[in-house]
Amino acid sequence: MHSASRAAIPERHLRTDRWWLAPAASAAGLLLFIIYSTWRAFANDDYYESPYVSPFYSPCLADNCEPMRDGPNWALVGDWWGISPAIIILILPLGFRLTCYYYRKAYYRGFWASPPACAVAEPRKRYTGETRFPLILQNIHRYFFYAATLVACILTYDTVLAFRNADYEWGHMGLGTLVFLANAVLLWTYTLSCHSCRHIVGGRLKHFSKHPVRYRLWGWIGKLNARHAKLAWYSLVSVALADFYVYLLAIGAFDDPTFF
Amino acid sequence: MSYQAHFKVWRGDADGGGLRDFTVEVNEGEVVLDIIHRLQATQTPDLAVRWNCKAGKCGSCSAEINGRPRLLCMTRMSVFEQSETITVTPMRAFPVVRDLVTDVSFNYAKAREIPAFVPPADLKPGEYRMSQEDVGRSQEFRKCIECFLCQDTCHVVRDFEENKPAFAGPRFLMRIAELDMHPLDAADETGLDRKRAAQEEHGLGYCNITKCCTEVCPEGIKITDNALIPLKERAVDRKYDPLVWLGNKIKRRGQ
Repeated sequence: MHSASRAAIPERHLRTDRWWLAPAASAAGLLLFIIYSTWRAFANDDYYESPYVSPFYSPCLADNCEPMRDGPNWALVGDWWGISPAIIILILPLGFRLTCYYYRKAYYRGFWASPPACAVAEPRKRYTGETRFPLILQNIHRYFFYAATLVACILTYDTVLAFRNADYEWGHMGLGTLVFLANAVLLWTYTLSCHSCRHIVGGRLKHFSKHPVRYRLWGWIGKLNARHAKLAWYSLVSVALADFYVYLLAIGAFDDPTFF
Repeated sequence: MSYQAHFKVWRGDADGGGLRDFTVEVNEGEVVLDIIHRLQATQTPDLAVRWNCKAGKCGSCSAEINGRPRLLCMTRMSVFEQSETITVTPMRAFPVVRDLVTDVSFNYAKAREIPAFVPPADLKPGEYRMSQEDVGRSQEFRKCIECFLCQDTCHVVRDFEENKPAFAGPRFLMRIAELDMHPLDAADETGLDRKRAAQEEHGLGYCNITKCCTEVCPEGIKITDNALIPLKERAVDRKYDPLVWLGNKIKRRGQ
């Protein structure tokens, strides 16, 4: 950051606060999730315990999926797929979060130190941002948003299926149903609060006065959008928790407490 | 209640300089600019500082306090511990003139590169009528006091001097967003594509939305969420949306 005409200040920054805390916490949180989700995605086991299916394995698109009664089985890719079927579907939410405007901030700061924090110099000599490959691909965020909406629909369907008991009888509810409900709500609020969604719904318009319904929707999504970062974290934790809950049931750690 | 505070103030010019130590009286209710003025009055009469309104509205007294870009007049002394050493430096992204005064002409050069509002052909001045919901978004951007703290903190130019020619900076990308959202701007009709220009001529792609501009804005403008990201999405509409691309191809064929 030094140039001949600028004030001669040799330090990379003069901040006295704990500026490293936020990026370090973000990096640690993301790293934990990456480790957990990689283990679970490749495990190819313990992802179904009737009536609950792990959100990492839904929809299950290969022939080697565990059969789930009325569940999200759809052997789209057929029987040649040998590894965990979670990999097929996880690409979509992964792409959505990877290109998300909030997560970009989090990992650019936390992992790339670009910048580590405001007014703290970057440790590199050159910077081209998102002007060229591969980071120019961040521009495809909206297509992942469309896909994430579909996935959220399927996870909502899974939540509806969670109102059954282990014998597939309707009208029951257990602790898992609550976990799935909370996860579905958080996933929807995170997905709908997306900046691309805000743009598509109304942000792209020049004349709000000619589109009162879209204007109102844009306003609502704007309010959600202000909480996008928080929702990103809440939904990340909730999806991991929902998966972990199913895992614990599947390995027989405990029985799902049923309310009715 | 008064106390003696320890200050480090950068003194020098383009040929060199460094942090100088001062111990100076602080009274209740004062801001950092008051202390800089007291230093001028009592200890260092030739200390250069640019200031004007002392009310956070003129955007003149931008500097860096304890390494954070801030307005000197809007930083209360009460936010610091009495025992804390307070470091005041000029903005580090711009050439220094002397002491705390920097040459911000980079910003004026960038301002001139942004094509102005294009008036609609069928309306004369005085005939403009706009609905509040159509101008609400732009009004937020009009709160800008041009203190250039966002330009100073943006790592694209702060850390990489060589990016300055290619990158307009958050303040002027916000200006493009403001004009692109303006209900009466007729740029499209004249063949001026502000969305495409934002990306191809003003370096929108350099922005990696790490939000430092928003963090330092003394007017609380949500620069990233309300201007830069919407502008990026608008550029996507133009350049990366296959449906729009196909529509343009078909339209061109029909011409």
